[in-house]
Amino acid sequence: MNRIDQTFQRLRAKKEKALIPYIMAGDPYLERTEELVVAMEQAGADIIELGVPFSDPIADGPVIQRAGLRALKWKTALKDVLRLAADIRKKSEIPLVLMTYYNPVLKFGVEKLFKEAEACGVDGLIIPDLPPEEGQTVLDRSRRTGLDWILLAAPTTPSGRLRFLSGQTQGFLYYVSLTGITGASLSDYSDVKNRLSAVRRMTDKQVAVGFGVSTPDQAATLAGMADGVIVGSAIVRLIEQHMEDPDLPAVVAEFVKQLKRAVTGGRARRPSKPIAAHS
Amino acid sequence: MKMTKLPDQRGHFGLYGGRFAPETLMPALTELEKQYEACKEDQRFQKHLKGYLKDFAGRPTALYYAGRLTKKLGGAKIYLKREDLCHTGAHKINNTIGQALLTQRMGKRRVIAETGAGQHGVAVATVAAAFGLECEVYMGTEDMERQSLNVYRMRLMGAKVTPVDSGSRTLKDAISEAMRDWTTNVRTTHYILGSVLGPHPFPVMIRDFQSVIGTETRRQIQKAEGRLPDCLVACVGGGSNAMGLFYPFLSDRSVEMIGVEAGGHGIESGKHAARFAEGSVGVLHGTMTYLLQDDDGQIRLTHSVSAGLDYAAVGPEHSYYYDRGRIHFTHAKDDEAMSAFDLLSRVEGIMPALESAHAVAHVVKLAPRMKRSRVIIVNLSGRGDKDVMQVAKIRGVKL
Repeated sequence: MNRIDQTFQRLRAKKEKALIPYIMAGDPYLERTEELVVAMEQAGADIIELGVPFSDPIADGPVIQRAGLRALKWKTALKDVLRLAADIRKKSEIPLVLMTYYNPVLKFGVEKLFKEAEACGVDGLIIPDLPPEEGQTVLDRSRRTGLDWILLAAPTTPSGRLRFLSGQTQGFLYYVSLTGITGASLSDYSDVKNRLSAVRRMTDKQVAVGFGVSTPDQAATLAGMADGVIVGSAIVRLIEQHMEDPDLPAVVAEFVKQLKRAVTGGRARRPSKPIAAHS
Repeated sequence: MKMTKLPDQRGHFGLYGGRFAPETLMPALTELEKQYEACKEDQRFQKHLKGYLKDFAGRPTALYYAGRLTKKLGGAKIYLKREDLCHTGAHKINNTIGQALLTQRMGKRRVIAETGAGQHGVAVATVAAAFGLECEVYMGTEDMERQSLNVYRMRLMGAKVTPVDSGSRTLKDAISEAMRDWTTNVRTTHYILGSVLGPHPFPVMIRDFQSVIGTETRRQIQKAEGRLPDCLVACVGGGSNAMGLFYPFLSDRSVEMIGVEAGGHGIESGKHAARFAEGSVGVLHGTMTYLLQDDDGQIRLTHSVSAGLDYAAVGPEHSYYYDRGRIHFTHAKDDEAMSAFDLLSRVEGIMPALESAHAVAHVVKLAPRMKRSRVIIVNLSGRGDKDVMQVAKIRGVKL
């Protein structure tokens, strides 16, 4: 059982939901990313998603696009993020999931990536532009290692395909809350709720929901419908706004603490009004 | 060489092509594939398509014997396939008519597109107006400056032109932004991709819509020369005009095919868009193909004097035939394309688009080395009116 499974098991025993923050590795710079991960763990994060920048991120909105550009200014690459993971692993057992696009993975080499990522203590991989049909080599590798290939499902996914994706995914199923890109604003909760209950009737696997979650209230609402909540753009925006602040890790930690509290409350509260992502 | 089985069921041309798309788009791509397969057998659809190509786009386009250019170069006989005579001034309309009909068939009311030189954007804006569809075109701000005339043309036809200011602010970034829009509005919107790029079924569908160029050419050259040509030459950005011309000739072994990429300031300068000169295999915008990337797999910035060739990846089918040696690729530099632009304008009274001028530039090198009995056909994919302002600017001429 790898760290992701252990985490969900531990949370289940406590009847808690997972809070999964996303930050871009190398934004504002790599040493800072390490501090941010540590701060977020202390603030209650259960799993960390680390973005690896790509020049053409088609599934990302402006906030994460800008973060990627900042990280690319330092030429942050997959090999650097693996080294970062190894450093984090020296002091923490928090599950680490890398999120990047297929081209950097392909260039690095799928086989080499799995070998090195596992050695560095990475637990999972998310590749939004790689559907399972095109990812046979990734699938083969992930089945032979402790590294999970986490698949996404979207509101447009028909039920037959949903069954297929939940069958193939490892670690958890990443359910995209809205038809759109990261950082968009989610407004229709009843729709998400219906879809999520359909997903959970279909699979025993853990389901985490992401895209469009920007406030503790939203996180609380979605936590009532899933096993985990992923928050990306809202945290990345906070990092952007406080980039020069020496207390950046504390600022982010405070927000993560609020999110964790909201997620742990876990009740399906409806926010007074949906809060749009500012970009 | 057997070509008829490509791509396979999942859109692969050997190693290349495929469907590397976000999950949100997967059902739309499956649906598009289904609809496209159905329309191939649908007599009514085919009749409509033929009708619009004839009466709206102005097909068939002429195959013109460039006698004075032939004489001047002193070698092979040169024919021009006059796609510049199509409505809107380039071959792009062949594809947009087909996809607009598909959009109607799918019951969608909104179309989006990316554009580099603006020719595809204009062709989409045109069919959107003709079919009563809402239209939004994404265009890099760098390209909007280079092609301001086309920006205004699109707006005149009621399209919304949305500037894209990310990355290199050219075609690559416009495609990314169009894909993001499609991901968000996929239920109501069809993305009219402009070249033989993107996730399956776009490369095969667009090739098929463009292959009318080669089908006509085959018939026309048989009539003019009583035989097939020795050589076909076309410029290659994404590669739709080239694929359209080449495809119906792929199994004719005697016909050599040459794709001309943008050499920019020269390969050694690093400022070019010659994917086969310096590229390697990767995945960009939904397809696996040759592309320009750095050691970390980041997409490189490209350069070309012509916005339509200024893109880091090439259509996957081109990559397949490159590996097999069926299509040869070379490049022409900015200044060579500019000279060819002048040459064709002055010698033949035909002003080529700067994209097509790259193909002409190669013919200038090639024709004198070939016997007079040989026949070259160049795809004159577009006309140069859109480039007049830019050419003047480069030459420091105030209009």
